[in-house]
Amino acid sequence: MKAAAIALPRSQTGLWPYAAAALGVAVLAAVPEFVGLYQTQLLTYGLIMAIAALGFNLLLGYTGLLSFGHSAYFGLGAYTVAFLLQWLGIHSMEFYILLGLPVATIVSALFGYICVRHTRIFFGILTLALSQVLYSLALKFFWVTGGTDGLRVPRPTLLAGMIDFAGSGGFPRFIRSYYYYVLGVFVLSAAIMWVIVHSPFGKALQAIRDNEIRARFLGLRIRRFRWAAFLLSGTFTALAGILWVPLNGLTTPDVLYWPFSGEIVFMTLLGGFRNFSGPIVGGIVFTFLKTYAVASTEYWQLLLGSVLVVLILLLPTGIVGALSQLAKRVWATREGRT
Amino acid sequence: MSLLRTVELRKRFGALNACDGVNFAVEKGEFLSLVGSNGAGKTTLVNLITAHLEPDSGRILFEDRDITGLSVSQRIKAGIARSFQLVNLFDGLSVFDNVALAIFARDGKTAKIATLAANDDDVRRETREVLAEFGLAAKGELSAGELAQGERKLLDVAVAYALRPNLLFLDEPTSGVSSAEKAQIMDTVSSVVRSGAVTAVVIEHDMDVVFRYSDRIVMMHEGAFLADGPPDAIRANEAVASILLGISSPA
Repeated sequence: MKAAAIALPRSQTGLWPYAAAALGVAVLAAVPEFVGLYQTQLLTYGLIMAIAALGFNLLLGYTGLLSFGHSAYFGLGAYTVAFLLQWLGIHSMEFYILLGLPVATIVSALFGYICVRHTRIFFGILTLALSQVLYSLALKFFWVTGGTDGLRVPRPTLLAGMIDFAGSGGFPRFIRSYYYYVLGVFVLSAAIMWVIVHSPFGKALQAIRDNEIRARFLGLRIRRFRWAAFLLSGTFTALAGILWVPLNGLTTPDVLYWPFSGEIVFMTLLGGFRNFSGPIVGGIVFTFLKTYAVASTEYWQLLLGSVLVVLILLLPTGIVGALSQLAKRVWATREGRT
Repeated sequence: MSLLRTVELRKRFGALNACDGVNFAVEKGEFLSLVGSNGAGKTTLVNLITAHLEPDSGRILFEDRDITGLSVSQRIKAGIARSFQLVNLFDGLSVFDNVALAIFARDGKTAKIATLAANDDDVRRETREVLAEFGLAAKGELSAGELAQGERKLLDVAVAYALRPNLLFLDEPTSGVSSAEKAQIMDTVSSVVRSGAVTAVVIEHDMDVVFRYSDRIVMMHEGAFLADGPPDAIRANEAVASILLGISSPA
């Protein structure tokens, strides 16, 4: 991505999204100073899920396609890292990313080519089916994938080997460094995604989402756009998988299994799929919500299920959607008073 | 040389002959109205010409080139655009972006993924011009879904017009709005179309509107042409009068 691409727009919407983003990043950068190691670790997971959900939402929120198989791309990223370690002995995080992303793009392109031939429920079922193919492969080819035991991925080196975490006290050092590493990748990913959805290409995706027939009568070739969106979406979600596996230390077929696809859908709905920042908030909130639900009750799935029902009934636009509506209402009444 | 010609164009839907060997010609620069009762085959004819439907047989020639086998996007590139009877907009996008997107699409800029749409000054300028021509300049920031029905009809035409076609089909640009608004919409549409030297074919039911704005009127009935001529000749045509009476008499 060229630096010029992230130049501020001369639009009438003003600079407040950029100000809000700068504030958000500043807060995220300061958090480890005020919370413990465990909370920092959780927030790292949250940022990773935010990247996954941002990628997912390019399809759901901006292209109008509901994928029920995004675990495939997350798991693909995670397993690619594990294979790079196992077969090539690579320990560098940068190499994981640089080699993992093209693999993810190729598989996303292939799966996307199949899926975008359909829309709605047929699209959803196809994405689900393809993700289950990868799940089965990970489960059955245990001599390659470790089966249900999965594959171990120890802490990698960061910044081309300049930082490593061998020796005593490696874990706390890793968490503190890795948090900022993930934050950096997250900020870059979010900036790239912001440009994508505000580019002419991104506008075309939204047009296709709103009205496919009219989009066709602007001369847009619908399937190509959907395919490109799918490919980008899968690649972003795979990046999250790549970042996740060293933090987790292990990848198992669970990250390819369909309930995890459901969690990606859940976190996006939780934050709000109609807002750019919805999936970011959703990814972070969901991570904490699930962790505390699991810790506090063995019926945590029931608890999350109830949250989902309440969400759909009361906050169909998610946390960010509801907050922005509230802000608009407050703004309107204040304008009316003065 | 006609801008557009159809040769023995046919389309059947089961027993219904929606387009029964139509030989249709549109001359460059004219404002033509396509009239006829519901089910006469007007929209089918437009759908065939714009590749929304495939003909059973017959040929379509645009600027003397056979376009019968071309896809929707190829026909748009050739210079044929259309609006829709039921408003077809991108409701989640702003009014501004609805028009801007048509310009991006026309200029082949929709593959641009690494630049912000709002930073394209040429497109912004042209979008503002188009919105101003259609009297929508003040509405750019609203989302298309928030517009009133009359404005939505105008925006629908503006989106098609922004493609800068040589031939523009407008399928009932005034349907679903009040009589007062009809005149207003048609004033705007006809002045924009004429000043832009765009050839327009308009499907319309309101005969007052048709007689007032058209250079030529073509009347369809049961998938074929019943009459074809300037407004005065059509007004005097008895066959047309009987059909029109049929339309206006309470069923």
